[in-house]
Amino acid sequence: MELFLNQVFSGLATGSIYAAVALAVVMIFLAIDHFNFAQGEMAMFSTFVCWALLDAGTPYWLAFILTIAFAFAFGVVIERVLFRPLHSAPVLSHIIAFLGLFFILNNGAGWIWDFTIKPMPSPFPEGSISGLISYHQIGMIGVVLVMLALLFVFFRFTSVGLAMRAAAQNPESARLCGISVGWMIALGWGMASAIGAVGGMLIAPVVFLEPNMMLGILLYGFAAAIVGGITNPAGAVAGGFMVGVLENLVGTYIPFVGSELKLTVALVLIVAVLMVKPSGLFGRTTVTRV
Amino acid sequence: MTGTATPLLEVENVRVTFGGIVALDGVSFSVQRGSIAGLIGPNGAGKTTLFNCISRIYQVDTGAIRVDGQPILDTPTHGISSAGLSRTFQNLALFGKLSVLDNVMIGAHARTTGNFVNDALRLFGVRQREAAIRDEAMALLEELRLDGIAGELVAALPFGTQKRVELARALASRPTLLMLDEPAGGLNHDEVEEFKDVVRRIRDERRISILLVEHHMNLVMSVSDQVVVLNFGRKIAEGTPSQVQRDPHVIEAYLGSGNAAGGH
Repeated sequence: MELFLNQVFSGLATGSIYAAVALAVVMIFLAIDHFNFAQGEMAMFSTFVCWALLDAGTPYWLAFILTIAFAFAFGVVIERVLFRPLHSAPVLSHIIAFLGLFFILNNGAGWIWDFTIKPMPSPFPEGSISGLISYHQIGMIGVVLVMLALLFVFFRFTSVGLAMRAAAQNPESARLCGISVGWMIALGWGMASAIGAVGGMLIAPVVFLEPNMMLGILLYGFAAAIVGGITNPAGAVAGGFMVGVLENLVGTYIPFVGSELKLTVALVLIVAVLMVKPSGLFGRTTVTRV
Repeated sequence: MTGTATPLLEVENVRVTFGGIVALDGVSFSVQRGSIAGLIGPNGAGKTTLFNCISRIYQVDTGAIRVDGQPILDTPTHGISSAGLSRTFQNLALFGKLSVLDNVMIGAHARTTGNFVNDALRLFGVRQREAAIRDEAMALLEELRLDGIAGELVAALPFGTQKRVELARALASRPTLLMLDEPAGGLNHDEVEEFKDVVRRIRDERRISILLVEHHMNLVMSVSDQVVVLNFGRKIAEGTPSQVQRDPHVIEAYLGSGNAAGGH
């Protein structure tokens, strides 16, 4: 029982990071209709910025806030410079651009900070509550939940949030209501980048900081987004927690999976959901008028 | 401020082509302040194309469009609302997954937000303004008898109700010119009668000029101060409803060139 609870709690903790990454992916998907393959690398790059700030002696939470601000501006700039010119380009152009961004960030981070694995400090105390869940894991879940609450308030109760939702739903109509859809998309990129950065900073103490640290996490993030429904931000968050717990339970209780085949679970999940229920658990089915 | 002599909307020699097809061929007319102008013509005459030009969705090849004396053809689509224009669509363009109230609140967006950077910076001090927008939107919903369904998702509502929601959204931006694209489409007889009152009230109480594209002749002829008739991209007649109804070119366009019309 203790093993089970332990696995569930740590699943929820990593799940919170998958939820953050999935939410970032969904936000960009809703804005531009494409999966951002570079979402993880954007988060990794921001995490390195945080590490550099900490290395220079910045207090943790100040570095945390500064990194979020950096990630936001970074996302806006990437949209303006790279994806705005592509907005009516075909899918393949987007995929190539995402892959290009992926490799630029991955190698760029390696070039600037080199590829050696670095320990990333945790802002939370060491130790755990009776061996079931560590303080860092509680902190991860807590920070992500606070972030989700803030996002909910932003989208539900502010006019910018409302304008962003309108722009994602019906861009033409939103323009006629006086909403600058281009800037709403840029704002979406900035927010997605910042959300990813929070995920990156929280998971780095667990997986250690290096340019490839987000690879597996992004895969689980994709799985979470697809399980939850790629068109539903709340679904993606729920999907994140579900995938986190599932990953741990499968790894623990199905002997041949173990920790080596854990990543395969994400891929199996993606394929299975796409085959059985492509709109995900909470997504809406799109009907195209012919 | 321009003199009262300047019409609110001036369309001058507008020409639009799609490939080899001439959709609008040198169309000119103007809409006076505080009046209702009907824009009619057979299917494919270019009515909706003209609407889309005025709301900056289509590009004009040559010609000029002015609102309140100001040229608008260099204004981006999202600047149209601030210029005083708002419109509804033939097939609706609402935000289906948002509530009725949210849809109408978005309508007030252009009026209430200078630009989003400003707005984002003021995020934490906007509570009061948000409340004012909400109250105003609720008042509009009440006026259009939509207040009972303020919280419902738009996509789930019947077509006629959605049309009223779209009208409320268009009014929320407090336009000087309201453009309605087939607002009576899909409405039954009683609803059309009711709609006539609504349109007149908008003009008289809110001092909003209206440009109306409509196939429902009875509606157009009874509410319009002035009617413009298009056929194959050209303006073939303009005048009061009774003048237009007697115009031989109009009769020919609608009924074909029979001898009755004395067509040429």
